[in-house]
Amino acid sequence: MELDIVELSRLQFAMTAMFHFLFVPLTLGLSVIVAIMETVYVMTNRPIWRQMTKFWATLFGINFVLGVATGITMEFQFGMNWAYYSHYVGDIFGAPLAIEGLMAFFLEATFVGLMFFGWDKMSKVTHCVVTWLVAIGSNFSALWILIANGWMQNPVGAVFNPVTMRMEMTSFFDVMFNHVAQAKFVHTVSAGYVTASVFVLGVSAWYLIKGRHEALARRSIAVAASFGLASALSVVVLGDESGYSATHSQKMKLAAVEGMWETYEAPAPFKLVGLPDREARETKYAVQIPVAMGLLGTRSLTEEMPGINDLVKEAEVRILNGIVAYDALMEIRAAKGAATPEMIAGFEEHSADLGYAFLLKRYVDDPREATTEQIAMAAEDTIPGVLPLFWAFRVMVGLGFMFIGVMLFFFIRANFYGMRFPRWSLWAAVFAIPTPWIAAEAGWFVAEFGRQPWTVDGVLPTALSVSHLSVTQVALTLAGFVTFYSILFIIEMGLMIKYIRKGPFMDVSETEAWNRRHNDRLSGRTSQQPAE
Amino acid sequence: MILHEFVDFEVLRVIWWALLGVLLIGFALTDGFDLGVGTLLPFVARTDLERRMAINTVGPVWEGNQVWFILGGGAIFAAWPPLYAVSFSGFYMAMFLILAALILRPVGFKYRSKRESETWRSAWDWALFVGGFVPALVFGVAVGNVLQGVPFRLTEDLMPIYEGGFFGLLNPYALLAGLVSVSMLVMHGAAWLVFKSEGLVADRAREFGIYAAFATIATYALAGLWLAAGVDAYAFTGAVAPDGPSNPLMSDVARGGSWMAAYAERPWIVVAPVMAFLGAALAVLGFRARKEGLTMLASKLSITGIIASVGLTMFPFILPSSIDPNSSLTVWDSSSSHLTLFVMLVSAVIFMPLILVYTAWVYKVLWGKVTARDVMDNSDSVY
Repeated sequence: MELDIVELSRLQFAMTAMFHFLFVPLTLGLSVIVAIMETVYVMTNRPIWRQMTKFWATLFGINFVLGVATGITMEFQFGMNWAYYSHYVGDIFGAPLAIEGLMAFFLEATFVGLMFFGWDKMSKVTHCVVTWLVAIGSNFSALWILIANGWMQNPVGAVFNPVTMRMEMTSFFDVMFNHVAQAKFVHTVSAGYVTASVFVLGVSAWYLIKGRHEALARRSIAVAASFGLASALSVVVLGDESGYSATHSQKMKLAAVEGMWETYEAPAPFKLVGLPDREARETKYAVQIPVAMGLLGTRSLTEEMPGINDLVKEAEVRILNGIVAYDALMEIRAAKGAATPEMIAGFEEHSADLGYAFLLKRYVDDPREATTEQIAMAAEDTIPGVLPLFWAFRVMVGLGFMFIGVMLFFFIRANFYGMRFPRWSLWAAVFAIPTPWIAAEAGWFVAEFGRQPWTVDGVLPTALSVSHLSVTQVALTLAGFVTFYSILFIIEMGLMIKYIRKGPFMDVSETEAWNRRHNDRLSGRTSQQPAE
Repeated sequence: MILHEFVDFEVLRVIWWALLGVLLIGFALTDGFDLGVGTLLPFVARTDLERRMAINTVGPVWEGNQVWFILGGGAIFAAWPPLYAVSFSGFYMAMFLILAALILRPVGFKYRSKRESETWRSAWDWALFVGGFVPALVFGVAVGNVLQGVPFRLTEDLMPIYEGGFFGLLNPYALLAGLVSVSMLVMHGAAWLVFKSEGLVADRAREFGIYAAFATIATYALAGLWLAAGVDAYAFTGAVAPDGPSNPLMSDVARGGSWMAAYAERPWIVVAPVMAFLGAALAVLGFRARKEGLTMLASKLSITGIIASVGLTMFPFILPSSIDPNSSLTVWDSSSSHLTLFVMLVSAVIFMPLILVYTAWVYKVLWGKVTARDVMDNSDSVY
């Protein structure tokens, strides 16, 4: 496969974004878990909870720093590799990124230093508030990033301006309360909580297997199982919400994920497994559950869900409309600021489909000169890679249900079986540690790969979004990032393992002193009882 | 939304131009000393304990400081999308260098003291040096190029095409600007170390600080003279509407004349270079007289003056194009839309004061010197 600038830029974005997202979910979830532990400490005053807080915070810190470091790349590579994208939609896309900095990242990053360095410099309650501020900052961060990403999936509240040759915001309210963004936010944050819960569960299970730090491990499992169960349920429910909102905004993505080539009679079946075949335009060996997809996707028994073949025909119509819009745009440009209201009106009538004309730029410089054949090819291009999407989605959903099972098991064991866990289940928890990451990456793959061939759905094709760079330049930085990130990853894993092996720092004398006081209080109460 | 009509487009553009300056200055004043400390680290601190002392003076704050940089990137994207698109794709390899260096830095801070090995620690010390020195240099080099104009043009579709290479960025004037940047940030880092540490580290930092302050004065003066004598300015040749659409190609620009004409047109802007010189001179005195707080303030004054002088001299130009002056980006034709600038202003008005308040509170909690005792007593928890 020969790599052009578009492929290389996509590869680089996929690599840096997926690497960044190795650290983000754990930051999102572990910040909250640590804050919960510290709150218990403040409320009960028991040293074990402070030791737990400090131990998990150490692991949080090792992970957090790489999230921050790789996040720097994310903020700047739009301009570096996607200059036309940045120009074309910066008016809308830039705002949530900047607000993320103002509202969330500043909060998180300013207080994270105090969280680690401030234990002796402030009261217990103040420190606990600081820890919560870090958690809140991280989670708000996710909100704004997903508002930005949600807009790429469902570009609402914006319109194309022919004079400035870009999309401009018409309603910030629509951008912010984009239903796709809201559904994605809750889904992503819950996924982060699940990731951290599985992580805490797995590490604690390993301690129990080794017979170390049992007090810490059991309490950690109790926190992780309850928090994780609630989050795992929420991930699946809100993931369904994400899918439901895609029914209306991203029909092609949904059809691809389902391997749904033809429009079924409502309600459509759900394919449990199968092998989508693009050449044959069918999904082979499919095992279907009748009615399920129609119910999930439309929440009705009568609404139809269009299949890929029909959507391609729809795209062809939109390309033809787009060519009309493109022609009107060129006329406005030729008029050099003296465009008549008729020209503008003519453009605006079809401007919603302008992006579809840009799909032709891959084949011909001036979309107006496109042949019927080229138009058909461009329409065909609107089908994303069905096979990988079909399976990535099933991996994610399968793991999602597995998390509910795992969390439910540990929740029941922790609460109703006196914290006794069979040995096999502890080993299972250890081996489950990598799975939430697989689910999260698969989920992002579905979201982003499923949006192809667009960077902004229906507005700007990926092929047009890139910077004017040489293949050498992008290949060089790609190689640089791969090498650099691999080294950092090895270092991070090494430290993680070292600090997990080392275990929590236990102040024995403090724990004993606390136990003595606690026992005194208890015995004091019993000796007072007769007097009452 | 109609609310945004209450603030003129033109006014919003000037406000966002000024806020861009505030963010850059905020970055240089806070993260600037982190970069300076990184650059000075191998020289002012020789033993492991000394190095940990130096690192821990910035340990709890560098993370928050760095957000000024991230936010600067975000604000350029949101308020000046063409600037974001042109400069980041144009300065491609330079941006990559900065990113690599800035990624090394957080990791260096956090991971350095997590293992005992001497090779491990010394490797991270050099990583921290690179993470401080390289961005400090490259930022200055970038500004030096912006002052001369950058070889890019915009197509009719407003696609930016950059026609220079990486090594074209390393021209003599730009390298001089890089030296200004390194000198001022080293001065700032030294002022911070004197303020927050003690003993040998502080003594060595004081010496480096004096040299750096002198170097700041000398390089800044030289860069100013060179700008007056040997660097072409840019100017509009026709009328331009300050509230017109954001399409740089709609105005005519020519290269020629001197940037110093700005000082005849707006004499008050001379305040900026005066602050730059005065601040650096005061810093020398402060270092000598061991007035640590004063030195810190003086260094801040100087940096504010240096950065402000670049912006004020170039106004309304932001990024001139050397090969196609008409493509030049200016305050009047390369901003976001009226509505976006307004929305962004509202969020800045809400959050900026909050940020300043809690940042101040954090610095207050952390007030006081970092001593060798502190590092030894909390060996497990500090950097």
